[in-house]
Formats: sequence, C-alpha cells, structure tokens
Amino acid sequence: MKNKRNLLAGPYLIWSVAFIIIPLIMVFYYGFIDRDGGFTLENIMAIASPEHSKALWISMRLSLVSTVICFLLAYPLAMILANLSVNQNQFIVLVFILPMWMNFLLRTLAWQTLLEKNGVINSVLKFLSLPTVNIINTEAAIILGMVYNFLPFMVLPIYNSLARLDRDVINAARDLGANNVQTFLRIIFPLSIPGVVSGVTMVFVPALTTFVISAILGGSKILLIGNVIEQEFTQASNWNLGSGLSIVLMIFIILSMIISSILDKDGEGNML
Amino acid sequence: MKKFISRFYITIIFIFLYAPIATLIVLSFNKSKTRAKWGGFTTKWYVELFENEVILEALQNTLLLALLSALIATVIGTAACIAINHMHRAWRTFFMGVTNIPMLNADIVTGISLMLLYLSFGMTFGFTTILLAHITFNIPYVILSVMPKMKQLNRHTYEAAMDLGAGPVYAFFKVVFPELLPGIFTGFLMAFTMSLDDFIITHFTKGPGVDTLSTKIYTELKKGIKPEMYALSTIIFITVLVLLIIINKAPAKKETGREL
Repeated sequence: MKNKRNLLAGPYLIWSVAFIIIPLIMVFYYGFIDRDGGFTLENIMAIASPEHSKALWISMRLSLVSTVICFLLAYPLAMILANLSVNQNQFIVLVFILPMWMNFLLRTLAWQTLLEKNGVINSVLKFLSLPTVNIINTEAAIILGMVYNFLPFMVLPIYNSLARLDRDVINAARDLGANNVQTFLRIIFPLSIPGVVSGVTMVFVPALTTFVISAILGGSKILLIGNVIEQEFTQASNWNLGSGLSIVLMIFIILSMIISSILDKDGEGNML
Repeated sequence: MKKFISRFYITIIFIFLYAPIATLIVLSFNKSKTRAKWGGFTTKWYVELFENEVILEALQNTLLLALLSALIATVIGTAACIAINHMHRAWRTFFMGVTNIPMLNADIVTGISLMLLYLSFGMTFGFTTILLAHITFNIPYVILSVMPKMKQLNRHTYEAAMDLGAGPVYAFFKVVFPELLPGIFTGFLMAFTMSLDDFIITHFTKGPGVDTLSTKIYTELKKGIKPEMYALSTIIFITVLVLLIIINKAPAKKETGREL
C-alpha cells in the first residue's frame, strides 16, 4: 500500500530530474567549457570585464532600490488590508492577481505611453501647472517598471503573514501596557518577518535578472545583466559565455536564498 | 482620520496598479495608429482583430498552452503531493527543495537551461518545447497550493472510510479529494495565469513560426504594436473581470479555503 502511494510521486520525480536538475547541470557544463569543449574559467571570469561588471552593478543597484521601494509601499498596504474583514480576503488577492491577465509586456509598454515627454502624466501635470517629469529612458523609469511589476509579490506574502497573526498576542501586549509603536516594533513586525523575507526574495530575484523592463523603459541604452545574457544567447549565439554569466547570476540568487532561509526557518512566508 | 488615510493610500496604490491597464483600454479605441496621439474614438480595431489571423493564431497557441500545461501540471503536482506528504523526511526535503528551484530561480536562467537541454538532445523547437517548459514552471504552483491542504487533512476520516469498507481509491475520492479540491483549483488557476502571462521562458524555448501573444508582442515592440493587440487584451481583461465578479457575487460557500 505504502509503496503504491509513493509511485504517485514517480512522474514528478522523473519530470523534475529531466526538466529541472539536468538543465541546470547543462548550464554549469556549458559555463565551464570553451567553444572547443575544453575546460575553462574564462566564461565565469568574463563578469570582471568592464562592460559586464558595469551591467551587473547597475542591475544590483536598481533591483535593490526597487526592492526597498516595494517594501516601503507594501508593508503599510498589507497592514491596512490585513485589518479589513475576513470575507474580503479573496477579493484583495484578486485585485493583485487580476492585472496579470493583461499581458506583462503590454502593461509595461503602457508606462511608456504614460511617461513620455508629451504623455498622459505630463499632460495632467501641465494642466495643473506643475513641473513635468522626464524619466522615460532613464534608470528611474526602469525602477518604476520593476516596482509596478513586482509589487504584488511583496504585498501578498506580507499580507499573508499579517493576516495569520494571532490577535490575542497583540491584545496581550496592549494589556501589558505597550503603546502602538511598541506593539508594532516588538510584536507585529518580528512576527511578520517570514513574509517580508519571502517578499524581498520574490522581488529582488526577478528585478535583478529582468531584461524586458529595461528594454522597454530604458530605451536600450541601459544594459542590465539580464540584457547581456539574453543577447549572448539570441544574438551572439555564444552559449558558453551566456551560461558562464548565468552561473554568476545564480550565485547571487543562491546567496539571497540562503539569507532568506536563515531568516525564515520554518518556511512560513509563502506567497501562496 | 485613520480610516481616511487608509482609504486614500489604497486608492493611490490601486491607481498605480490599474493606470497602465486603463491606458491600454483607452488605446484600443484610439483611431490613430501611434500610441502618442489620440485620433478620435473608433471600434474598428475590434473588427479587424477577428480578421487578423496571425494574432488569432497566437491567441490560440497561448490559450492551448495555458490550458494543457495547467492541466498536466495539476495532475502531476497533485499526485506528487499525495505521495510526498507520507514520505520520509529526507525525501520530503528533497522534493520541496526541487519544487522551490523554478519558483526562486530567475526566469531567464530557467529559460536558458531548458534551451540548452533541448539543444543538446537535438529537439525541434516548437509548440512541444514551450509546453514542456510551461508544465515545468507550473508544477511548483500546484504543489505549493495543494500541500497546505494536504497537511490540514484529518487522517482519521480516511481511516474511518477504510474501516467502513471503502477501498483505498474509493476512500480517497470520497473523503480526501473533496478536501483537497480548493487547493487543486487554486493551483490550476495560478498555473493557468502564470502560463498565460509568461514571456521570458517562452522566449527561450520557442521555435520559429510558433508564437504566443507575449512573443508576438515582443517582436512587435520594435516595429510598433498593432492596435488590434490592445483590443484583444481589453477583451481578455474584461472577460476575466466579469467572470470574477460573477464568481464573487455567487452565494459564498461555507469554507472558501482559497488561501492564495
């Protein structure tokens, strides 16, 4: 009986080995060989070249800034949402999932229309005689695109960890004389850290590795590490270099995963 | 006052999230072909959409991929959950670890890794390669939605059903499956949405001649997006919105259990 039940995991076991583990090994394989198939570290070391390290540095900076902005926007929002009545729960989640049904590229492209020199936002600002904003094709526009696209990934896990908070603990803190600030700093925030950690990784990783947002809102002048890798694969057809740079990228992803698993030991902070 | 600030803040975020969507809906009625100018109101793009076979084919591919990948991922994922839940700790850790890889890894790396796999095995890039890729990144969404339901299960109901003479399969479908259903449904929906919205992984695993809406839009980015595309997105968005409103208005079931 027990063995029969284990068989149910068979398809997934085969699937994950074939389509998750082996492909990752391939990336490492290609990353460590040159075009003739000999072992080399050149593809990894290529990250040190000025253009690649500049791209990585810009990616790091922009993704860090957008993660911080996402966190600052999402936390108060999650707190407000968590205080709403329980049967609105589903509705809230839907509000954040719904935009995903409008194509991701088109949504980002719409920001181009909104941000353009004579775009919608500037027209409104002009009408109100306010100074106009000219951020299209700059780093600021890319950050905006990142925050826009990844904000739901920050809101949902924080919201989930706050909604699960035991009200009695908060009431107990109040009864024991803690004021609002103390209750927040010593009770609410520490208990929501799993959600925050999960949100931070869910925003940081896609922001670090995107190549689409920078292509649409950065006017192809600002190259992120994602753009460099994409070009190696689709235009230069240099899979070895592309794989080598991907390995470097993965090191950063793994680092952020290790940090998050240390901070969130029980794996409570899931988006789902 | 506090309530006012809360409301105000939610409204601002709401505008931020939905401003681009409103823009696209407005653009779908724009007579002028460029995004920069408003050329007057028209519904002609909606008519032309249904004559544009390239877009309709991309739509068909997108929907078929989403449906097939979500279905297959739901079956594989749910079956795996049933087994994993009763496994030894080491195996469970292995499976959950593997499940987290596509969730946490960058889409670009997942895409590239699959591309290298297909290249090494000499597979022809086309619909099948995209489908395999979509199933791969969809299974984790199903597992992460079903697993919590699995853990909440009361073992005794299943044992009781067996004591009362039900076979394991019958007992499963009568007792366990209904409990898992909300999680399975959520997983399917998440998988479908993720497949529909994916661009990056499709970009690396597709072959020439096969396009989804995302890859079609990406190639059009440089030439200029056809306004029919805005019309199509508007139709999709409004359809989903209406469906969701109907589902939400429908008499709520006792325990909704949709903990997304």
